[in-house]
Amino acid sequence: MKTSCEVCGGEIDVPDDAIKGEIVSCPDCGSEYEVAEIKEGKPVLKPAEEIGEDWGE
Amino acid sequence: MELSILYDRLRWEEKALADEAKKIGVKVGLVDAKAHPLTLVGGDSVANSTFGDVVLERCMSHIRGLYYTAVLEREKVVINSYNVLSLTTNKLLTTLALDKAGVPTPKTAVAFSLESALELADRMGYPLVIKPIIGSWGKMVACIRDRREAEALFETREMIHEPLQQIYYLQEYVQRPPRDIRAIVVGDKIIATIYRYQPEDDWRTNVARGGAAVLAKLEPEQEDIIIKAAKAVGEGVLGVDAMESERGLLVHEINGCVEFKGAASVSTVNIPRKIVEYAIGKVKR
Repeated sequence: MKTSCEVCGGEIDVPDDAIKGEIVSCPDCGSEYEVAEIKEGKPVLKPAEEIGEDWGE
Repeated sequence: MELSILYDRLRWEEKALADEAKKIGVKVGLVDAKAHPLTLVGGDSVANSTFGDVVLERCMSHIRGLYYTAVLEREKVVINSYNVLSLTTNKLLTTLALDKAGVPTPKTAVAFSLESALELADRMGYPLVIKPIIGSWGKMVACIRDRREAEALFETREMIHEPLQQIYYLQEYVQRPPRDIRAIVVGDKIIATIYRYQPEDDWRTNVARGGAAVLAKLEPEQEDIIIKAAKAVGEGVLGVDAMESERGLLVHEINGCVEFKGAASVSTVNIPRKIVEYAIGKVKR
């Protein structure tokens, strides 16, 4: 599945088995997106949260 | 039986946990903590309509996961529990729990102002390590080699107007091989152990920073220390990190939302399956 980056317009390849919540990034500018939903076979992306100070394992 | 996996950013681990649950016939749902507010007082329970019988808390944001669990565990079994997470999300509290339980851990001290932090650092001697008390992946963990570096780093922290950065958690720099140990503990058992070798350009061993995972075999007395450390923060699914030193194994960190992609790449144990089986076992009991 392909979609475009809203920051730079680059082409983002979303894996066919991607699920809601997964993170994809633009190969051109590095912007990260979260898969918000898969609608009629097409991915809907939203900007991913930025890494926080308290993030980790 | 239904298992829920609470997340805020879906990693390889959460997908692996969901896949393993499905393989053993457990109904599983992935729940985004960001998208599901919870009722505190009054109104209908959101937890019951959203979550299954048992929940694996897997938020990347420690704070979000901690407080979400505090609310959710009033109605659901959550792994790890709030009590476990409250210790593991905070290095200072982890150190206190380890020491109280008699678990060997690096010499550590804390200061609450720039001036006293410098005095403390001089007294401890260099090199030493400074860590933020909340955080992971080695973020903002620094090795301080002398007084000048301490001044520069502490002054920089002082300018970050964030209260937690004004807590100076200082630890001895432990002389160790270029690796540390990561043991994944589920309940009262170690299910996988790896060495994490530091990359050539970093002294930190975190896999998130490029550390390489190699299968490890611990001595029985080392395993005892790991189990004792896990018990010191309570039972759950934990990543216990330790260093090999002249004084024996020193436990320096316990992770309450353990990442195991690196360990899974070298271990013959099906780590996500063990975690799922443990979780559903907590409800079946």
